[in-house]
Amino acid sequence: MRRLLRCALRGFWRDLRAGELQVLALALLVAAGAVSTVGFFTDRVQRALLGQAAEILAADLVVESSREAPAAWREEAARRGVASARTLSLRTVALAGERTQLVQLKAVDDGYPLRGQLRTAAAPGLPDEPADGLPEPGSVWVDVRLLQLLDLQVGARLGIGASELTVSRVLTFEPDRGANLFSIGPRVLLRWSDLAATQLVHPASRVHHHLLLAGPERALQGLRGWLAGRLGSDYELEGIDQARPELRSALARAEDFLNLAALASVLLAGVAVAMAASRYATRQADAAAVLRCLGASRRFVLGLHAVELGTLGVLAGLLGVLAGFAAQALIVDLLAGLFAGALPPPGATPALVGLLVALATLFGFALPPLQQLGAVSPLRVLRRDLGVPQPSVLAVYGLGLLATLGLMLWLSRNALLTWWLLAGTAATVLLLLGCAGGLLLALNALRLRSGLAWRFGLLNLARRARASVAQLLAFGLGLMVLLLLTVTRADLLGAWQRSLPADAPNLFLVNVQPDQVAPLRAHLQRLSGREPEFYPMVRGRLVARNGSAVAPDDYQEPRARRLVAREFNLSWLADLPPGNAVRAGAWWTGPAPAAEASVETGLAATLGLELGDRLTFRAAEREVEVTVTSLREVQWDSFRVNFFVVLPPGHIDDFPATWITSLRLPDDDPAALATLVRAFPSVTTIDVGALLGHVQRIIDRVTLAVEAVFGFTLLAGLAVLYAAIHATLDARRHEAALLRTLGARRSRLLHALAVEFAGLGLLAGLLAAAGASTAGWLLATQVLDLPYLASGWPWLLGPLGGALLVGLAGLAGTWRVIDQPPLGVLRRT
Amino acid sequence: MSGNGNAAIEAHQVSKRVRAPEGELVLLDGIDLAVAPGESVAVVGPSGAGKSTLLGLLAGLDTPSSGRIRLAGQELGALDEDGRAALRAGLVGFVFQSFQLLPNLTALENVMLPLELAGAGDAAASAREVLGRVGLGGRTAHYPHQLSGGEQQRVALARAFATRPRILFADEPTGNLDRRTGLAVGDLLFSLNREFATTLVLVTHDSALAERCARVVALADGRLADGA
Repeated sequence: MRRLLRCALRGFWRDLRAGELQVLALALLVAAGAVSTVGFFTDRVQRALLGQAAEILAADLVVESSREAPAAWREEAARRGVASARTLSLRTVALAGERTQLVQLKAVDDGYPLRGQLRTAAAPGLPDEPADGLPEPGSVWVDVRLLQLLDLQVGARLGIGASELTVSRVLTFEPDRGANLFSIGPRVLLRWSDLAATQLVHPASRVHHHLLLAGPERALQGLRGWLAGRLGSDYELEGIDQARPELRSALARAEDFLNLAALASVLLAGVAVAMAASRYATRQADAAAVLRCLGASRRFVLGLHAVELGTLGVLAGLLGVLAGFAAQALIVDLLAGLFAGALPPPGATPALVGLLVALATLFGFALPPLQQLGAVSPLRVLRRDLGVPQPSVLAVYGLGLLATLGLMLWLSRNALLTWWLLAGTAATVLLLLGCAGGLLLALNALRLRSGLAWRFGLLNLARRARASVAQLLAFGLGLMVLLLLTVTRADLLGAWQRSLPADAPNLFLVNVQPDQVAPLRAHLQRLSGREPEFYPMVRGRLVARNGSAVAPDDYQEPRARRLVAREFNLSWLADLPPGNAVRAGAWWTGPAPAAEASVETGLAATLGLELGDRLTFRAAEREVEVTVTSLREVQWDSFRVNFFVVLPPGHIDDFPATWITSLRLPDDDPAALATLVRAFPSVTTIDVGALLGHVQRIIDRVTLAVEAVFGFTLLAGLAVLYAAIHATLDARRHEAALLRTLGARRSRLLHALAVEFAGLGLLAGLLAAAGASTAGWLLATQVLDLPYLASGWPWLLGPLGGALLVGLAGLAGTWRVIDQPPLGVLRRT
Repeated sequence: MSGNGNAAIEAHQVSKRVRAPEGELVLLDGIDLAVAPGESVAVVGPSGAGKSTLLGLLAGLDTPSSGRIRLAGQELGALDEDGRAALRAGLVGFVFQSFQLLPNLTALENVMLPLELAGAGDAAASAREVLGRVGLGGRTAHYPHQLSGGEQQRVALARAFATRPRILFADEPTGNLDRRTGLAVGDLLFSLNREFATTLVLVTHDSALAERCARVVALADGRLADGA
């Protein structure tokens, strides 16, 4: 063993000095570098995004319940270094003289908000500023809407329960307001210590308790685990990942995009490693034969190279990780100012991941060629024409893909994305294999029929069948990923940005009475200049499923219990609204559809509803029974009006209904909202501008981050091209020398090389366009849930760019081969 | 060097030095050699004497450190690599110890190569004919790895003679072959040489093969022995 190690390490330094390991090291360095760059960067960005998302919860973690969390929990949190703050909200009536108004009262502990900041203004219309602390004891901060509704000024007294409190400031922003999007009534914020005096909280009152928690990630994780066993069915834990659906889907997509970049890097690096390893094995064949001849066992030869490559893997991996660390710092610098505040420092995990990826790709992709070294015949020392047994292309890429699959599943934790990316890649590999075979046949037919340079160039593809297939695979995959990253990525990111247009609604109007629809419509039209869409809304409770009564106690999950206990918003619609996609069953058609229902997939999953279920809803003492005929996926981050349950027209039209609409109010016209509230005082307005702004900022920043990260994947793609060209350098050098000996001019050799590489690039580009379009379509429709617009660009850029890129890169890579004096080359072989 | 302008090959004070870790290494030192048209010359000498280096320089495959070489009356030093390649095409044939056939080309395609490079009209027909002459008419579609060593060298001979070159350089043509096959290949080489009246420069260790040449020159330590 010691002998093996000594020999291997000596061999390693010798090969390193001789430049034998150059390309392999470069491929590994790029692999580890790309993966760790993506890793470090996404780690930091994701943590920054989570931090921003945390503002929307006003905490990192929230315990939600209708009961106050035990004091012991707060003590445990404090013990673990996690800050905590209680909030309580309830609906009550505020009194100002003779006038009353339903308000949403919120009492908060000192320290609230744990994440983000409250903003207040001294009076309506004045600029707001970050709040320092909470309302003074005995005073409250209120929404401007309350002042308008009650015709109050700052400084007025407001009756809340048994207390009378002073309105000291106007509350303009509350980070966790979004978490209660449909809270009806303007906000009144007071100190926790003032709550008892209002005498509003008693065992029968309907209150929502939140225990906000924030602290270091590790401590939070520990606390989460500690709480898990104590929550029971009364308390629910809400993390950032379970925050608002709008944010949740924005963050999930951001992660998908960033993971896509990381996965693509891994795949590309693997291909580069496979090509470089194959060349390494071929070049080591002589040495292997001599060792075997001198009595080394097959195992010894294999072990020697495994140790040598392992050493290379570790060193190149470490260097790659260092390069990745430097590179991510550079990107962060480049993007300085785009992130609010400094990004959190990168963790150690990406470094470990980078190193592991280098080793896994090395052994996944390099093992089959390496194994062949053990199979080199010792007879080769006498007969050099005894070639190195070549592993099958399928063996190399099969094992490599398997290794990559494992890595991808581990890295992305998103099986769907991984499978689709791999399916796209596998389809491309198969397509490339098939087409390469077809091409070789077609070129065989061309034999002896064209000019020498063309013939030699084109036939070289056919002659070097195995190498051509491998190169086509490498170029095809490389170009496919490049296309996917440039064209398709732009399409996907564009689709994502379009999914949240600049004029996305920032205001919801609910509780619109039927007789208010027409005048409100006219008012809104004047205000926004466009026709608003009104949707009917019937508050109904699910009372029976397939004839059996449904009760909260039938369910374990708190969300399910809540959903059954409360009223849903039911609506009736003739057509499938935008941002909705039927995932199972079919949307109704025809003039008079039966009593059907379309249920949102998330709700169906939570309540265990299936297609064909008969559901009974009760609304205002009337019941309606409908059959579930479709399950709908709703794009919650579209900020459109969406419903959990929709019926066709004609079944609940005569139930008591209110209407809901959404619109975009101009940001530069703060008076517009006041006018609206005064003209329609009973209509409830919900301002989602702040939440919308958050989601939009996240999308914008992530788009930039993803583009920066994709730049590195692009580098990995170029490394593949380089490795692929380098892989056949020896054969080309020999061939060029021989042709020069036989009298071929430089221009002729260049011409032949250009034809060969451009031909390779053209074909690979064509196949890559097919692969990228397919993968893009699959990713858009199956993973990211975005509309996919077919683009002609991959079909133009793929073949043209491929011919140009591979042609030029090929020439650049082989240029020096042609210039070498033939004698030296021929004497070496 | 005779200075005879009609010589097929002339070398005048040709030296080749290379840089080595232990200092400058002199491979060839002040070589003067003239080969008349149609003459056959064997270059013999121990390993490392510089035989193959000399052959490569005479053929224009490499450039000397000093001295001049004329090939078919053309000064090689005045030509760049492309010019030397153009001169070789059609004028010079090669046979190597390790055959140097392109592994991805069939026997026929290997033989066609120099014909095509010289712009010959019907390369395939000519190549077939020469392959027939070396007894491989039935193996035209075979790849080098499907042929024995002797057969591969016969393909190399066919390739060398396919363009009817005026000068043939042969570097240990029988070095990789067993004695009997080596004899057969030697017979073939000299018979084609006579038939096409080719000027032959042959580097060999095989004294029997060298004796078949009109003149034998000995090389030792990079210098020609007296009498060359």
